[in-house]
Parts: sequence; C-alpha cells; structure tokens
Amino acid sequence: MRRLIKRILTTGLPAARLSAISPPQEETGAPATFRSAVGGAIAVRHVDAGSCNACELEILAADNIYYNLARLGVHFVASPRHADVLLVTGPVSRHMVTAVRDAYDAMPAPKLVLAFGDCAAGCGIHVSNYATVGRVADVIPVDIVLSGCPPTPLVLVEAMRRLAGKK
Amino acid sequence: MDDSFPSPPLARVDGPLPAWMATMDGDSWRHACAQYQSRGGRLAALWGTDARDCGAGLLVHALLAWNGRLLWLTTAAHPMPPHYPDISDIFPAAARPERALTDLLGIDCRPHDPRPWLRHNAWSAHEFPLRADFAGGTQGADTPYPFTPVGGEGVHEIAVGPIHAGTIEPGHFRFSVVGDEVLRLESRLGYAHKGAEKRLADLAPAEGIRLAGRICGDSTVAYALAYAMAIEALDGHAIPARAQGLRALLLERERIANHLGDLGALCGDAGLAFGQAQFGLLKERWLQTHHQMFGHRYLMDSITIGGVASDLGTPECRQMETELAGLEEEVHTLEDIISEHAGLQERFLDTGTVSAEQVLTHNGVGMAARAAGVLRDLRVEFPHAPYTRLNMENPLRTQGDVAARVALRFAEIHAAAGLLRDILAKLPQGPLQAPAPDKTQHTRAARALGGAEGWRGEVFVTVERYGGDGLHRVHIHDPSWQNWPLLELAATDGLVPDFPLINKSFNLAYSGHDL
Repeated sequence: MRRLIKRILTTGLPAARLSAISPPQEETGAPATFRSAVGGAIAVRHVDAGSCNACELEILAADNIYYNLARLGVHFVASPRHADVLLVTGPVSRHMVTAVRDAYDAMPAPKLVLAFGDCAAGCGIHVSNYATVGRVADVIPVDIVLSGCPPTPLVLVEAMRRLAGKK
Repeated sequence: MDDSFPSPPLARVDGPLPAWMATMDGDSWRHACAQYQSRGGRLAALWGTDARDCGAGLLVHALLAWNGRLLWLTTAAHPMPPHYPDISDIFPAAARPERALTDLLGIDCRPHDPRPWLRHNAWSAHEFPLRADFAGGTQGADTPYPFTPVGGEGVHEIAVGPIHAGTIEPGHFRFSVVGDEVLRLESRLGYAHKGAEKRLADLAPAEGIRLAGRICGDSTVAYALAYAMAIEALDGHAIPARAQGLRALLLERERIANHLGDLGALCGDAGLAFGQAQFGLLKERWLQTHHQMFGHRYLMDSITIGGVASDLGTPECRQMETELAGLEEEVHTLEDIISEHAGLQERFLDTGTVSAEQVLTHNGVGMAARAAGVLRDLRVEFPHAPYTRLNMENPLRTQGDVAARVALRFAEIHAAAGLLRDILAKLPQGPLQAPAPDKTQHTRAARALGGAEGWRGEVFVTVERYGGDGLHRVHIHDPSWQNWPLLELAATDGLVPDFPLINKSFNLAYSGHDL
C-alpha cells in the first residue's frame, strides 16, 4: 500500500500536451439546441456494428489519462436511454442492423449520431456485401463522420470538444 | 518422413512451418483424426472449400497439431446432400467450426448441433456464401436462437448483448443463474460477420494483406504476417533475414501493447483506477512509438508481401532499447503493487479457473492455455525463423485462474521485452523485401500455410489455389475458436459480477472469430 501511495504521488504529467499535436480537420456542427440540452456534459453510447476492434481501441485510448476525454465532460454510458451521442463503428454487419436501430430508437431527443472510422463512413476496406450494409448512414441518420483507419483518439477528442462547445 | 506418423503418405506443405498434408476418403479422415487424438494430437482448425470447378468437389479440411508437426488432412464431402463424418466426438473443438461449415458451404455432418452458428439472418439457410455460385444472399427475418435451457427451481436467465455495457465488440452471452451463481454460460457469436473470407478470395495479395490486417484490429500484425507467409510460400518468395527479424519485432511489440491494455482494463474492472491509469499511459506511449517508427499506432500495413514496409535506423534501435528499459522498470513497479494489493488479489485468485485437463479436452491454445500449465505456443511447438535464432523464454503459470492470466501477462511482457532486445542485438543487415520470385523456376504450389503466435494464441492462414492464377481460397483461423468454449467453462460456477474480470482476462476476439 505504501508503494501504491508513493507511486501516485510521484506519477508525473504526460510530457507532451495535446496542444502540441495539430488538430484534425473534421467539421462538426452541433446544433445550439443540442448544446444547451446536454449542458456541457455529453453522454456517449458506443455501438460496435461489425468493426475490426481497432476503432474500439482508439475510443478507449481517448479515455486514457493522456487524452483524458472525461475532462471535456464526456462520459460513456451503458444504456442508449442515457445517451446524447451514439458513437457507431464498423461497416454495419447485417447481423447488427436491428441492434443499431434499437439503440438509436431508445435514445431521447435531442440526439446525435457519430460514425467513427472509415468503415462506418462507407469508405473503408470492408465494403458492402452479402454480410454488411456498408455504412452507418444507410441504417440510421448520421450527423458527424470521423474518418481514419482507425481515427486517432485526438480526432474524437477534437470532435467532442466542438460538440461540447469547449475551448 | 518419420515412421511414427500413423496415417497415409503425407506431402510437405509449402511454408516456413513444419506442415504436411494428405487427402483421403471420409472414413479414413475420421479414423486419422481419432488416431492422432489418441496420440496427443489436437485440432488446430477446421474449414471447407468449394473446389467443384476443378472437379475436386466440396472439401473439408482439418488442421491437426501433433508432435511438433502440423497435419492438413482433407476429405471430399459426399455429394447429394454434401456431408462428411462428424469429428466433434473426437475433438469437441470441432463442434462450432462444423456449424460454420454448414452455414457457409452447406456441408453437413451428422449427428451435430442443428443450430446455425455464424448465420443469423443475413442470408437464408439455402444459400452458402463460400460456394462459387453464391448469388448474394436474401436477408431473412430475425428468428429467435434456441439457447440450451437450464431447468431447476429458481433458475433464471440473464441475456447480455449484442451491445455490451462497455466499449467492446458485439456478441451475446446467455447466463443461466441461481441468484448470483452462474450455472451455465452460452455465447452466441456471428454479429461481426463481414464476409471477409469471401472477399479475400477475390483480392490480389497486395490488397488482400491490407484486408487481412483489418479483420482483428488488435492482432493486425499476427494476421497480416500469417497471410503474408502463406502467399509467399505459394509464390516462392525468399524472405530476407532482416525482414524476418523486423517482423518478429512487430509481433512482439503487438503482444506487449495488448498485455498492457488488458492489465489496465483488469485493474479498472476490479475497481483499481490507479492501475488503469498507469497501464493506459504506458500503452499510449508504446503506441506513440509505433506511430513514430512505423507510421501507424497499431502497426497496420507494416508487413508486406515479401517483407516489411519500413526499416529501423541505428538511432531508432537505440531509442527502442532505452524505451524497453524504462517500460520494464515501470512494469516491475506496477507488478509489485498489484501482487501486494490484497483487495485486487482477492478478486483475481480462484476466479474463472480453467484446468489443464479442460484446456487439453477443448484444444485450448495461446496465452489462456499457458496460464493453465499447457505450453501452446506456435513459436515453440513449430519452430520457424527467426525464432529459431532467438533466445526464447517460455513463461507458464499453472493455476488457470484470472490471477494466473494476470501473472502470465506480466511474465510475457518481460519475455517479449527480452526477445525484442535479442532481435535488436542480432538484427542482420540487408534488404527489407524479397526479390520478385522467378515464376519460370518455381512450380507454383496449390496450397500453403502461414501462422503466427499472436498475443492471444496461434493465428493460421491457409491459401488454396485450384486451377490457374487468380482463383484462390483463403481461410483465417483465430485462436478464439478454441478458447471461447474455455471462457464459458471458466465462468461456470462463478459469480455473475466476476464475469467482466474473467472475460477481460481472456479478452477473446469477436471480429477475428466471426470474420
């Protein structure tokens, strides 16, 4: 226990801060109604709709202490009923279509859908075929598209910063 | 050839792994499986191929591992309706691949579980995506999946998924419980099925390797490497020693990245936010080095057909050695804290135990098998370059519980760090890419096998080429096929609230399994 406390006391800050990295170019346009409704704290429900898991790793990384997504008031919730933003990854496998629609329908308004990664955007390596729809926008309305294979945590942090209207 | 092979004449399979193949009729095939099983063999993979256009019919392949060798045994399914002998009584691990064979190729065996496995509603029961004449799939309605019921007073079911509470992949878990105690866990997978094998058959290798590296995002090196090994064997590439060294370096770095991430997540699931934060930071720095040196945080596209995409200069090698020393020091400190933390150990010890016997029965592989005292490691069992030139440590733990998998992950970080130092020290000079193979000299093989010990376990890629140049069939096998049933056993008799810990300690692939 003594070592644990010592370790906590001696853990330094990450050497490089986020400002040192150039921000991505994605434009996000959160409507004013959404911004006032979420009150600066955004609840996110993630749905993997057939991704390869690399997008999930980067979403998790955005929540680590280096990117510290929580500092923007962004938190991940277990139920779509508590969510303001649906964060969807993957080319939407046909087997996930029902689950994606159900999650979207369960969310209260106002709500936004963020398609995360090239597959979700429809420009990834997994194209539409007998098993996949091909992009999230063919299943539910998409407000924001973040590209990358996978998009880096910084892309997500920047998108969320704009959504939350924070500097 | 060794006389101790109990079955028909076997021909060498092209590729760096010690593998042999044979084709036989159904009864001999089943008999051979039983013979190898009784001599300690295990089922490494089971899949099928449509080779009707060159007159070979619908083929069923079993890849067995026995006595340091891989045996690729093939039988043609009997036509009308296509069927072959069931081997799930010999190898329980065959049960789910057999169901997938029915879903994808319409090749049946009796008696076996009649429920579909990978097919939900994306295509009908009368269509078979991996057949050459598959037209595209008629999407059906969602039909309920009959989970195995558990009877008794007070037994009820908890249904979880396909969307889970956390940021993870899709799958469904059905717990039958009394109070908090799990009587049975049954998983249903296939939610992430993307038709990857069908597409791989149509892609030229240069494009195929990009796809292979994007089927299981946490194991992109292992997948791309196994795919490259198979294609290279087929076309007769000779991989330069430097490229081999760099490939192993990438694979070991991928192993460390995943162990760091999972150790952090395990701390988080047990309520030790400190550990999650510390490991999260270590992994983040590790990934930033990947980006700096190889241009991608998860090392996608760093392996190419014939070699590797980028080189390491002397300054990068020195930087990596410094980084390793720093990482190991940090990991040692965290290891001490975690092993002394009574609250954490209380959650880990005796939780989610699988025995060595269960591992052997279900042909469990990789890290999960090694935590139960069973050495399953492609690098050790089937020695191949460059591991034959390196000093391998083979850490094992015997308890088979969450604590053992945690302890093994620590040990494997140190073992991988040792390997990385050894690779850096012995990295030969030379080209990064094999010369273009001389196609006039090389008689093109019809089949080849590649494999890599990813951080979860052995990943295999088989490529078959029937009749001519373009057409080939690619099968990818993830170690999770064998280990999902082990996870179900590990959860049995435990508590529902312990499941997240047990699950994370295995951290099996969904997308890599569903393909």
